[in-house]
Amino acid sequence: MANHSTTEHSTSEHISSIGSSITIWLILLVCTGITVGAAFIDLGPLNTVVALSIATFKATLVVLFFMHVKYTHERLTPLVIVSALFFLGLLLSLSMADFGTRGWH
Amino acid sequence: MDNSQVAVIEGHTHDNPALLHHFATEGQQKNAASLGMWLFLAQEVMFFGGLFCAYLVYRHWYYGDFSAASETIAILPGAINTAVLICSSLTVVLAVRAAQLNKRLQLVFWLLATIVLGLAFLGIKAFEYYEKFVEHHIPGVNFSFIEHLPNQPGVMANPHHAEMFFSLYFAMTGMHALHMIIGVGLFGFLAFEAWRGKYTSEYYTPIENSGLYWHFVDIIWIYLFPLIYLIDRHR
Repeated sequence: MANHSTTEHSTSEHISSIGSSITIWLILLVCTGITVGAAFIDLGPLNTVVALSIATFKATLVVLFFMHVKYTHERLTPLVIVSALFFLGLLLSLSMADFGTRGWH
Repeated sequence: MDNSQVAVIEGHTHDNPALLHHFATEGQQKNAASLGMWLFLAQEVMFFGGLFCAYLVYRHWYYGDFSAASETIAILPGAINTAVLICSSLTVVLAVRAAQLNKRLQLVFWLLATIVLGLAFLGIKAFEYYEKFVEHHIPGVNFSFIEHLPNQPGVMANPHHAEMFFSLYFAMTGMHALHMIIGVGLFGFLAFEAWRGKYTSEYYTPIENSGLYWHFVDIIWIYLFPLIYLIDRHR
């Protein structure tokens, strides 16, 4: 309970530095530009893969740095994130396994 | 014996008014609040997941019609909105930082900056919806879609399939915009409370958790942007 004034050294708080926040912000903006540019290059089916890979990279940066997950000491937070992604993957993959293989359509 | 037990019970009523009686320490209280927020976001993932799943199924079935419909949506406002949201995520990070450093005016400033960016996003979105209205691309009785399939100049896109694209477009961006509207309201409340000096480096859980919400809404848009605006643009 003591020594709360020095928040930087307390248990779970991470204070993001302005420099690293601006770096992440710039990377996110550049990635948005790359996404738009890549959409105009013919990569066949890979266009979608590239677009979603960049989106996932951006989302990962936001979760790790802007949402402070990289610095959290709470182990349940990564567990919640991984389980959310697992069930999302289950929803999408099993639905597509069904709808993608229906002969009647 | 009795005295020591009383002391323990009395010790449980803390000096810090921000610390609720059923938590032992501030750290425990913060972790519990943060975990609750992450669980809420996990169910939000499933909520939007249903919409993304519907999109995936229909895009798989009606690929050509979806890319023809996607090409009628202007990229520039969507790209600007993506940048606006990324900037708003930065202002949220700076707001949380200001709260952690106990800087009240900075906190109010960054909260207001986030609100301004959120409103800019909604304004651009409203302009895009207006354009869809003018083009009769809003699903319903006045829907009309007369476009060629992107790779086959002689073949017209099926308007019913295009209507499905626009239904999903309005459902997904509309649900996202609703989250933005709630976020702007939330940040307005936070800015007011911050102005009154409610948040300090000791207690800023509402700032942190609302920030998590705002970042989550940003992430949804990060996926919506390529899925809706950028299907097959190279043709």
